[in-house]
Amino acid sequence: MSEIARDLLQEAASEIMARAAIEIPRDYRDGIRGMLGQEQHELSRFVLEAMLENWEAAEADRRAMCADTGVPRFYVKAGNEARPEGGFVALEEAIRSATAEATRSVPLRPNRVHPLWRTDHDNNVGINAPEIEYSFEPDADWIELTTVHKGGLFGTDYRMLFPADGMDGIKRFFLDTLVQFGRRGLACQPAIVGIGLGGSKDTSMTLGKQAACLRPVGEPNPDPGIAKLEAELKELGNNIGMGPMGFVGSSMVIDCHVEVGYTHTGGMPMSVHCFCLSSRRATARVHAGGGVEYRSDPRWFTPYMRRETVGWQAPLARTA
Amino acid sequence: MAGAARTHRLSTPVSPEALRELSIGDIVYLDGVIYTGREGLYRRMVDEGMAPPVDLGALSNVNFHCSPAASVAEDGSLNLGAVTATASFRFSRFMERFFELSGAKVIVGKGGMSETDYRELFVPNGAVYLTTVGYGTGALLGRGVTRVQAAHWLEDLGIAQAVWVLEVSRFGPLLVESDLAGNSLFERENRATAEAVERAYAGLRPPSLSRYGETVSRGDEVL
Repeated sequence: MSEIARDLLQEAASEIMARAAIEIPRDYRDGIRGMLGQEQHELSRFVLEAMLENWEAAEADRRAMCADTGVPRFYVKAGNEARPEGGFVALEEAIRSATAEATRSVPLRPNRVHPLWRTDHDNNVGINAPEIEYSFEPDADWIELTTVHKGGLFGTDYRMLFPADGMDGIKRFFLDTLVQFGRRGLACQPAIVGIGLGGSKDTSMTLGKQAACLRPVGEPNPDPGIAKLEAELKELGNNIGMGPMGFVGSSMVIDCHVEVGYTHTGGMPMSVHCFCLSSRRATARVHAGGGVEYRSDPRWFTPYMRRETVGWQAPLARTA
Repeated sequence: MAGAARTHRLSTPVSPEALRELSIGDIVYLDGVIYTGREGLYRRMVDEGMAPPVDLGALSNVNFHCSPAASVAEDGSLNLGAVTATASFRFSRFMERFFELSGAKVIVGKGGMSETDYRELFVPNGAVYLTTVGYGTGALLGRGVTRVQAAHWLEDLGIAQAVWVLEVSRFGPLLVESDLAGNSLFERENRATAEAVERAYAGLRPPSLSRYGETVSRGDEVL
């Protein structure tokens, strides 16, 4: 079994940092074009048209689409058979090096500072930065690196709901978050709204963020019941009379993604996350043989990740 | 909207006559010189009484709430990429003194400030607020920067908080958020959306456990 070269991993990590910052994912751009077809209000239309023009300028100039290049983070999906050269410690060093290097070369805004002392290394690297989250995939020898550049200030909230709150509770909290951050456009909507339902508090936050950042526009959850909820929430969000920048309009939710985790029998924790008009994500699959493939769909939520049963190879049949 | 939006090209320093022409919702492009300044600059000037690194009033009367995506090369040269505003509501407490000290008449930022701020702080100083669009049109605004004149206090404050002096041409689009009468585009739109927002909540039962702060009395329980 061949190792995946450290230099290749760093090169791929640098490349996706630049791609994420500069190239709007096609699923997101096409979704905005679709919303422009529906939007009736002049100010809201003006904003969407300006964004389409902005993305063209970014790609033509090879310039970041938004100067708030967020707090860059990484998602690593490692094939069960994958062996990074130098191990995972070397992989993390490659990712940190690529973050510092891309911050200078793209350039990105060096947003990361110490929370108390505001110490700034001007390279987006520091204590617990960039975040690196891991998942695994059976029967694979590649490593996939995904970077997400998401702003860190507005558009996210968490709440502990309870089973008796039901769908009303979910809908209300969804609206609360959209309205509180939608006014004046602090959520930089239309957003891909990611919702984490269940798990522990931290799991619900993590799942919601991943749902917003790692699933493309137009891809529903494979569970038909959850897909129906996603569609209902999207419809609800686009009917509060609010559009981009909080102007009167109908373009609020470009898509809604819900991810779930088994939770405490007495609770229903929920998180809501808005991935913005600069929904920046890029993925590289780095093969053991040396090739690298780039794409904008992270394909993070695999059947393996959403598994419900004890084993994976022979999942038990679902009982009615 | 009352009629189609008008488009203005304003040269810095922007004259009082030009400012009088602006109505909320109008589209603006800027030509000339603007400087960035946010809490780093404001804290030093307003809280610590420090002199600004350069005579701001002589440079321009346009202050941009911005941190660029930029880097500094080994030889000290500045590489400016995208340019996007940062949310302005956080800077409200500095504005009264800053207007006095800087002579600024145009604030460019993200999300605006409150109508109260416009009436109490902006109107007496003959100042308006222009909002960036999106947010954010970082590549378009970056294109509008033709030259970086200087980045003051770069060593002390870092790239994000330094005072960047930018020569700009057709810098925009920006929207007039507040005019010389203190009207706010955002607050007009908030009022226009309020009813539909209420309707969206109709029939949805409130959750069983409230959150502290949802009540107006600190004596209330959340249960």
